[in-house]
Amino acid sequence: MKPIIRVENLTHTYGANTPFCRNAVENVNMEILEGEFLGIIGHTGSGKSTLIQHLNGLLKPTGGRILLGERDIWADPKKIRDVRFRVGLVFQYPEYQLFEETVYKDVAFGPRNMGLDETEIDRRVRSAVTFAGLGEDLLDKSPFDLSGGQKRRVAIAGVIAMEPEVLILDEPSAGLDPAGRRSMLENIRNYHRQKGTTVVMVSHSMDEVAENVDRIVVLANAGVVMSGTPHEVFSRAQELLSVGLNVPQVTQVAMELVKRGIEIDPAVYTVADLRAALSAWKGGGK
Amino acid sequence: MSDIIKTENLSFSYPPDEGKEPVLALNDIDLSIGQGSFIAVLGHNGSGKSTLAKHMNAVLLPGGGKVWVDGMDTLDESLLLEIRRRVGMVFQNPDNQIVANVVEEDVAFGPENMGVPSEEIQRRVTAALKAVGMEEFILHAPHHLSGGQKQRVAIAGVIAMEPACIVLDESTAMLDPLGRREVLDTVKQLNREKGITVVLITHHIDEAILADRVVVMDSGMVVMDGAPGEILVQVEELRKIGLAAPHTVELLYGLRQDGFDVPLDALGIQECADAIVGSLKS
Repeated sequence: MKPIIRVENLTHTYGANTPFCRNAVENVNMEILEGEFLGIIGHTGSGKSTLIQHLNGLLKPTGGRILLGERDIWADPKKIRDVRFRVGLVFQYPEYQLFEETVYKDVAFGPRNMGLDETEIDRRVRSAVTFAGLGEDLLDKSPFDLSGGQKRRVAIAGVIAMEPEVLILDEPSAGLDPAGRRSMLENIRNYHRQKGTTVVMVSHSMDEVAENVDRIVVLANAGVVMSGTPHEVFSRAQELLSVGLNVPQVTQVAMELVKRGIEIDPAVYTVADLRAALSAWKGGGK
Repeated sequence: MSDIIKTENLSFSYPPDEGKEPVLALNDIDLSIGQGSFIAVLGHNGSGKSTLAKHMNAVLLPGGGKVWVDGMDTLDESLLLEIRRRVGMVFQNPDNQIVANVVEEDVAFGPENMGVPSEEIQRRVTAALKAVGMEEFILHAPHHLSGGQKQRVAIAGVIAMEPACIVLDESTAMLDPLGRREVLDTVKQLNREKGITVVLITHHIDEAILADRVVVMDSGMVVMDGAPGEILVQVEELRKIGLAAPHTVELLYGLRQDGFDVPLDALGIQECADAIVGSLKS
């Protein structure tokens, strides 16, 4: 797979020349591969939000550059709006950003700004709400009459309707209950599988990332400290703990088992995998 | 142990949409919460758990039945201030609960409104911030704090009113793992050291492990009530009502199907590992 976005030596300084001067991200290098499902994790203040706001040009690097395809997104600042159509960003708690009278109008806002004709807008709105897990019967409702989880889906549909090449979601499941979380992630996984587009999910839930993504990038202290498959990342569980991150509960149990002399791979992160490892150990051990 | 909160046949419904029948958000709830206990109330969105919480300090009043706070009927308007003084509430969004520009003033807001003398306020603010581990931030601006720190300031604001009970209405839902741990450690300590009753409304099942009693709600009713070790192991039942057992229990549950002789109620990481090792060595 080739990279669709490349982050080169990205630095962003907030409050330069003031006493509050601080590098929110510092010298970050990373790639997002075409068609992958990437997870970005890091604790609060690790630079996650600052990083993703660079990916569609909401923030301008104070050092380094962002390449989309092969082009520096800031090569022609007048065209930055096109970048925002190609890289769709869903903020944290996006349900607070709904504003239209009906769900339909809210979802249609993005595609309309792209200058598409009504037939195409209509097709995209209907397809987007389906991907976001909403029924078409909600289209004429006011978004403010919906439940919190439904509002969030409307907001996500609004970004999906622009059919971006890269969809970035900041904490899409935060604040939802377990059933809501499960179905939200299922919708995102389906979207990724069916559309084949690149999806980036920012999360601080290790369990959630472990179970869903192809590859993980770990941020800490304004920089990338690790990247790899979930298995590669969780095999360095001690380092994750040392930068203030959790590891999945299953991994924690596995680590404790290893400490107690059970020789299994401690980098497991799903219940099913640990079950299999223990059955194998029981069968072959002793 | 006397009851700090007691409900009897408590029912409540919100005003329905035009042309629709009202739905009971709470349906005939009988619940007694003993002074000094630590209770977790679990349930999915819409199960009624927040509606129940809002009855605990008369933010909402019963549509049917009764709620008593420390023996006081919440329907008696003349007791309202006294009731709110007994039970403090911490809400979900840290940004919606900050009222002042300096942490100190924010924490002092409650006692000031209660007419507490100023030297006493000073003492309470210092003690409350100390209790939540935020004393060094006394002169900071609240909006520069992290989510977990803001929630701890909100809790300090409640403690400064010296309540008998704190109700946390999904106060950890918007926090990251670190912030969540800060808040949970704080309330656990307040419960243990100061004997303050804690009612933790949450949909994070892992948080319920900390409590000494777990109440599970579904469709406005209490459907389970017992010790964490009894409730959190009911894998199938929890799944049916949109919740999930802790991963430790899910693992033990699966291992039992694979023929391991392990208990289900080894909820913590250490206990879970010990239980598995025990079954492998026997």
